[in-house]
Amino acid sequence: MNRQHTAQRADPPQDAGAARPRIARRVQDIPPSGIRKFFDLIASQEGIISLGVGEPDFVTPWHIREAAIDSLERGHTHYTSNYGTPELRGELAAYLERLYGARYDPQSELLITVGVSEALDLTLRATLDLDDEVITGDPCYVAYFPVVHMAGGKLITAPTAMEDEFRLRASEIERRVTPRTRAVLINNPANPTGAVLDRAAAAEIAELAETRDLLLIADEIYDRLVYSTDEPFTSFASLNGARDRTIVLGGFSKSFAMTGWRVGYAAGPADIIAAMMKVHQYTMMSAPTTAQAAALEALRTGERDVAEMREAYDHRRRLLVRGLRRIGLHCVEPRGAFYAFPSILSTGMSSEDFAERLLMEEGVAVVPGSAFGPSGEGFVRCCYAASVEQIEEALTRMERFVKRHARGR
Amino acid sequence: MEDILRILEQDGRTPPERIAEMTGRSVEDVRAAIAEAEKSGVIVSYKSQVNWDALGRGDVQALIEVRVAPQRDVGFDAVAARIARFPEVRSMHLVSGDFDLSVQVTGESIYAISNFVTSKLAVLDAVQGTATRFILKRYKEDGTLFETPNDAPQRLPLSL
Ligand SMILES: Cc1ncc(COP(=O)(O)O)c(C=O)c1O
Repeated sequence: MNRQHTAQRADPPQDAGAARPRIARRVQDIPPSGIRKFFDLIASQEGIISLGVGEPDFVTPWHIREAAIDSLERGHTHYTSNYGTPELRGELAAYLERLYGARYDPQSELLITVGVSEALDLTLRATLDLDDEVITGDPCYVAYFPVVHMAGGKLITAPTAMEDEFRLRASEIERRVTPRTRAVLINNPANPTGAVLDRAAAAEIAELAETRDLLLIADEIYDRLVYSTDEPFTSFASLNGARDRTIVLGGFSKSFAMTGWRVGYAAGPADIIAAMMKVHQYTMMSAPTTAQAAALEALRTGERDVAEMREAYDHRRRLLVRGLRRIGLHCVEPRGAFYAFPSILSTGMSSEDFAERLLMEEGVAVVPGSAFGPSGEGFVRCCYAASVEQIEEALTRMERFVKRHARGR
Repeated sequence: MEDILRILEQDGRTPPERIAEMTGRSVEDVRAAIAEAEKSGVIVSYKSQVNWDALGRGDVQALIEVRVAPQRDVGFDAVAARIARFPEVRSMHLVSGDFDLSVQVTGESIYAISNFVTSKLAVLDAVQGTATRFILKRYKEDGTLFETPNDAPQRLPLSL
């Protein structure tokens, strides 16, 4: 069922004379995306409301765009230092200290990357040997399996459960640790569930990493989008004991509505950052110069934008979650990111059926939870980075759909 | 409270029920907060922002810079209040710099506006001089862009 996690090895060539496949085994191994067909379905219909996106609906705040234009006008069109511009690294160090009290040396412990996407790839390529294992939560962000696989590693998933608000637990990780385990990959706040680890849960994972000598890779791309928690967000960067084994991946895509700029960062111990830089300098050279100028402006004067966007997401989050509950789809409160992950068990459909029929019958796009791993079956991901009107209309349509398909009770 | 105001400032028609859901408050609390804000003058009014230009209506607008002599005890306030009462005046501010009042007026024609300036405004005792600047095109008003490019930003319909 779950394509992401059950890659099958392609059959080896039968006889020596047969033509060798042109595509590398490692890439063949990666199954096609589970949502490919939804793209075609959406393209064939009009009036679709999509809650299937994974990015902000806001356009990058104007002052950030303006800073980029200024940078272009000044002719800043060359490569930057492989590590990223000194100004941006300096500002980033100040930002991380301000937010999380975490101190990173901008000369050696920060790397500006082409989004968290590249930062994750670099981390894995810099730290995994062939067949090393990486443990992450299930369901998880769809890129985790392919990037670990391409880095020669194996992704091992530890289930999370709705009853526990989909929090990744140290105990579930521990049961999966083997001599081959190299790292734990934590997405906090999490896509697709919106789960956020409290400080105690994060500290338990850090402790486990310490006792079993594992690296911690913390994908904190949604760190600025956290709502209704009793305590401030705990970045793994702020867990002091864990600092020397933690690589924090963060970015601008979600916090500042900058997905298309392709810029992010990694913060970690100097030896690992240096190894990552080695890969980065030969494969990427440097992150886009214009995007780095924009990111600098975001860090310098973007706090107000973050607060405004977070409040808007929070309003829509409540609207969507309450609406889903009202129409009978059980939904735990998502505390971060911009996704709700309701259960569709009451309809008796599989997540893929639900998503496909909802799209065909009512023109509302959501993502089947099974696309994110086996524990995602029985759920769908609904993104609330959409306008209030769109959310209301989507809920009206979903209510009609759920009523029509309610199992005879 | 401020979150409720921000929602209404975006869309004054948002019903209390929806605001309640968006903010996690009870409908009664929201109603009470809005009533209080209306009563205390925090919410001043609700209206629609109309772009008459889109109807092809030829109303003319002008920004008038007015220099006035402040008066004993009341400063600029007495004369400002008199000017502000004219229905032609859409908005008005006391400003720093080489003039005192910035007055935005609207009229059916250039003549209507010049008539207003010469027969109503310039004749006031406290008014020492005016400079009228006709508005040629409106780009943004009260935070709303009037012309949005027709190639609206696009997101992929699905992304993970
Ligand atoms: C969990 C997670 N990590 C990383 C990314 C990619 O981020 P970036 O745009 O910085 O490459 C995403 C984007 O959806 C995400 O959801």
